Amino acid sequence: MIAPARTLSGADGLKRLSVATPAQPLRLDSGRTLDHVEIAYETWGTLDAEKSNVVVVCHALTMDQFAASPNPVTNRPAWWPSVIGSGKPIDTDRFFVICSNVLGGCMGSTGPASRKPDGSYWGTDFPIITIADMVRAQIALLDQLGIQNIFLAIGGSIGGMQVLEWTIQARDRVFAAIPIAVAPRQSAQNIGFYEVGRQAIMADPNWRGGRYLDEGTRPDRGLAVARMAAHITYVSESSLKQKFDRRLQDRQTKTFGFDADFQIESYLRHQGQVFVDRFDANSYLYITRAMDYFDLPNEHGGVLANAFRGLATRFCVFSFSSDWHYTPEEARDLVRALNAAGCETSYVSIDTDKGHDAFLLDEPEYEAALLGFIDAAASARGLPKRKQP
Amino acid sequence: MKSCPGSQGMRRADHVAIAQFINKGELVLDVGCGDGQLMELLQSERGARTRGLEVEQAGVNRCVSKGLAVVQGNADADLPVYPDDAYDVAILSKTIQELARPKFVLDELSRIARRVIVSFRNYGHWKVRTRLFTTGRIPNLGHGAGWWSDGARRPCTARDMAELADEAGLKIAAATAVHGKPVNGRSLTRLNWTAEDLVFVLERKG
Repeated sequence: MIAPARTLSGADGLKRLSVATPAQPLRLDSGRTLDHVEIAYETWGTLDAEKSNVVVVCHALTMDQFAASPNPVTNRPAWWPSVIGSGKPIDTDRFFVICSNVLGGCMGSTGPASRKPDGSYWGTDFPIITIADMVRAQIALLDQLGIQNIFLAIGGSIGGMQVLEWTIQARDRVFAAIPIAVAPRQSAQNIGFYEVGRQAIMADPNWRGGRYLDEGTRPDRGLAVARMAAHITYVSESSLKQKFDRRLQDRQTKTFGFDADFQIESYLRHQGQVFVDRFDANSYLYITRAMDYFDLPNEHGGVLANAFRGLATRFCVFSFSSDWHYTPEEARDLVRALNAAGCETSYVSIDTDKGHDAFLLDEPEYEAALLGFIDAAASARGLPKRKQP
Repeated sequence: MKSCPGSQGMRRADHVAIAQFINKGELVLDVGCGDGQLMELLQSERGARTRGLEVEQAGVNRCVSKGLAVVQGNADADLPVYPDDAYDVAILSKTIQELARPKFVLDELSRIARRVIVSFRNYGHWKVRTRLFTTGRIPNLGHGAGWWSDGARRPCTARDMAELADEAGLKIAAATAVHGKPVNGRSLTRLNWTAEDLVFVLERKG
């Protein structure tokens, strides 16, 4: 299979809009600018006459804009069907939902797998980007679509970082925000894990100093290892024990070799293999680097609460008890800062053994709290009530 | 707001007694809000804006599912982050006798809110005094199996609470028995004899 990033030419059926031109470049945190930026996006539901029912969904590291419908390029199903759809907490019968592929991503938005104006691939010539840069591009996209105010910004993991950045950059244009399974700053532990992944990619001889697209090679081995290492952090020790424990894969005894004797090895290898078919290795470098640089307290004089002071946005923060990628304690730091800033804040911690990935899964208590918060916010915003099933 | 006839029996008497002191549009922090019954009452019948703090996560999740703004947190530890004068009213509904640091919490709440309302069991009630006098044991006003199992960790009287308020730089602006009419702070002697459950409205002195 061909990775989608490599065939992007506009003939792939993805919706995209230009958000930066030489006349209006995108200014990045690094000081560099990008003159040509396209952002690919997908929408569901109908924009109301007042443009007051807009929900912005921010995707996580390896996801894309296909939150609520299948991806026509990879044929993968929607990644958040339990949360977005008719009658779901983000009800597409009531809201106009938009999800865009992040700047630096590889599902149609401009990134290291895109071509420069001269026709060669960006590769590692692409400027280093931050979460704030991603949100800058998203705000520019909404501006292009003629949308000024957002009813709700929601997202998990790095999507949650974008949600926080939305409330800060688009001050008072965001009515409600739901940051899920996220921290106000990337931890040393997470930087460490993602550095392992980046080193695995860069150690792959097919990476070619980042120029593999021009040279026609693919650092699949390195990218697969990066995915395997990261995947461990998305689940919990107890769920691994329950799912695999020390069980052997299709064999009765150990082989005294380096085959995938254990089910957990086979599982991780599979996760790595299916990932390389749909993701660009350089995109992985750039997006994880943006996560590493995310440090809201540092950007606000060392006091996290300063980031949110005076915001009219109402927040609902979610964490999951067994998440060690972004821990409940980090979520509580965020909640304390929101309270200190005087923001209207709710905080829900869901008891689960499913780890970080729980934010993508069916958890009845999670969906009930999402529904309750979103309905109350919609009512406060004066949006029509949800149809009772 | 239309009243809900079926919900009348569900209301806690101390909630109704507290509600009479809340005015339309006021921003209220309910410390130890449980599953949010008082917050719902204050929103629907007094037109207040409410926020809650609750130590038990299960209660928090139920509140958020009902659309209430509630965070999980511990009053004994989490109040210092709140800014000065952030709220019109802070409420401790049957909570103050459960706290590890009631003086600290009252100090913090009086900094955060212009008014603090506390509801509590009055261990100065005549039945309590009589029973202590006749049996030599602290009577248990709750339904626990013994003094060690009851929720009330700090039995105190109306006078004890008045002393704490004074220590915290607060005056009693109004007081009422949960089943009774409000009186001013000078009528404390009678309330201390006759009220099983009390509500104090506290304001900063001077």
